[in-house]
Amino acid sequence: MSQPATVDAFARRRKTRARVASVSSALFFAAAAVGIIALVILLVDVTRDGAGSLSWDFLTSFPSRFAARAGIKAALLGSLWVLGFTTLFSFPLGVATAIWLEEYAPRNAWTQFVQMNIANLAAVPSIVYGILGLAVFVRALALERSVLAGALTLTLLILPVIIISAQEAIRAVPNSIRLGAYALGATRWQTVQRQVFPVALPGVLTGTILALSRAIGETAPLIMIGALAYVPFAPDGPLDEFTVLPIQIFGWISRPQVEFHRLAAAGILVLVVVLMAFNLVAVLLRNRYTTPR
Amino acid sequence: MARAPRRDEEVRRAEEILAPESDDPGGPASEQPAGVLIDPTADAVRAPAVGLPQSPASGIAVLGGSEPATSQTVHPPLDLRTPFGRNLQERAIGGVLFLASVVSVLTTFGIVAVLIVEAAGFFEEVSPVTFLTGTQWAPLFQPQHFGVLPLLVGSLLVTVIAALVALPIGLASAIYLSEYASRGVRRIVKPALEILAGVPTVVYGYFALTFVTPLLQGIWPGMSVFNALSASLVMGIMIIPVVASLSEDALSAVPRSIREGAYALGATKLEVSLRTVVPSALSGIVASFILAISRAIGETMIVTIAAGSTPNLTVNPLESVQTMTAYMVQVSMGEVVFGSVEYRTIFAVGLTLFAITLFMNIMSILILRRFREVYE
Repeated sequence: MSQPATVDAFARRRKTRARVASVSSALFFAAAAVGIIALVILLVDVTRDGAGSLSWDFLTSFPSRFAARAGIKAALLGSLWVLGFTTLFSFPLGVATAIWLEEYAPRNAWTQFVQMNIANLAAVPSIVYGILGLAVFVRALALERSVLAGALTLTLLILPVIIISAQEAIRAVPNSIRLGAYALGATRWQTVQRQVFPVALPGVLTGTILALSRAIGETAPLIMIGALAYVPFAPDGPLDEFTVLPIQIFGWISRPQVEFHRLAAAGILVLVVVLMAFNLVAVLLRNRYTTPR
Repeated sequence: MARAPRRDEEVRRAEEILAPESDDPGGPASEQPAGVLIDPTADAVRAPAVGLPQSPASGIAVLGGSEPATSQTVHPPLDLRTPFGRNLQERAIGGVLFLASVVSVLTTFGIVAVLIVEAAGFFEEVSPVTFLTGTQWAPLFQPQHFGVLPLLVGSLLVTVIAALVALPIGLASAIYLSEYASRGVRRIVKPALEILAGVPTVVYGYFALTFVTPLLQGIWPGMSVFNALSASLVMGIMIIPVVASLSEDALSAVPRSIREGAYALGATKLEVSLRTVVPSALSGIVASFILAISRAIGETMIVTIAAGSTPNLTVNPLESVQTMTAYMVQVSMGEVVFGSVEYRTIFAVGLTLFAITLFMNIMSILILRRFREVYE
């Protein structure tokens, strides 16, 4: 007895559908691979271009008009100065805001507005922060092109990132810990300070480190506030002029000569190593403390 | 933003019982809360408050229904109230934390105020109509032209190409991560995407100029060194992680039962993914698309380095174009007199950019919020 035609067609169609499904799963995999392949090519390309220029002299020399003698000492120290002040400002502010939003804020229209405002700030283009820094810190507060102006600008830029990640860390603290503290008669601040925050701290630190690593790589806002590519000295204090790694790199890229492009690639390698170190610390922190409680 | 509601309720209830004097936390505007527990030893500051809720709004409902507190017949020897000093300290801390949160609001107001004030100065000299409809942008040369269209079109051209690269690849990556990838693969792919998202934009710019452009010149020999295509392709790679990670969150949030229902009807994995999971997560995916596009419009260094600095009203990606962001960098690197019209163009262009991204960000936030409400 032969199969009815419809069953036959059904079987055929099923086979096609299965084939399409298996082909498409390969396509999805390929798509996910695109990003990784691009990352690998990028790193290989930069290493190939820059490894030759990388030397101890490169790290300890000031910039020069001659490619052979130029180094990134000023940029490296400038980045450290700016990063130090940015950390000093952004960590307490960000954590305090996150604690307020998670543990204190009443649920009303204002809190909702603050929360939405932070979500929007996280997506405001970084160059717009540069405009704000130019008008407020450089001009209105007359900080000129100083380390302080740069750090304040970057603080505002990464603040939303710190707040959002700190909020997530605080939100992940089991509620039983809060209730336990309250049951023993602790006040709200005692509960937050001695119970909730210590538990959330690894997550908060991870988020902060990742936000700071974003600050290290930022170029556009610092160009807007007038940080220059050619600064042949390291800053001595918060009111000194400065340059940072990405701006130094940008300065070298903008020159037409290939030798300077090589220097830029070497600078990128240094920048990437710094970023990797930051990310490594963040990942270690996260892995160490995400064991189930 | 979606807050976890369960905890709040419990905590609030616990607090109402334990520490009635901190009824409206953090709000420095909140009224002096009324003391509630009857305490014969109450000090002078406290005494008038006992039993007389000063503000009905501070809602001491716990005692409101019970005996009027004025009746001194109750005799609780136990002082459950927190000491006055501690109470003050609690309030002060709440106030400080609140002030920290105000900084972020002030940032937004600062941005808006700066842009509007300085742009207003610009629009006194150049009419907004000329600005928005002019087809020539040459504020730094004589004769000056202030038509923003070339910059706007430049930004849009770069963004559209970047989106054509990033949206399909990002979504497909998200589908792979959420529906197909094994745990082991996810552990490699997700951190790699995170690293991709963390690469500084100046590095992408270098990559575009020194690697992608020569590659493209092999295909189109006549192409200029600075061109929109190279910058947009690299920018597309840059925003893949934005689409992938946010879309994956949305896909992963789709309840398992929806997938199981589709499998039960005999659907293949592809059909389950594309016809049930993706539509269910659509709002989250759309939000991630909008956010990625907004990121592309505001991106600065890649286009500054690789796309050039020629305000060029064209949609030909092989030519050099200048975007709004690249223009702002160009001006602030040059010698422009503070307060001049040229200086103020930064703010006029910045305001245009901010308005566009603000609109897109708010759209995406609203869409995301709706989607979260559905699945939480």
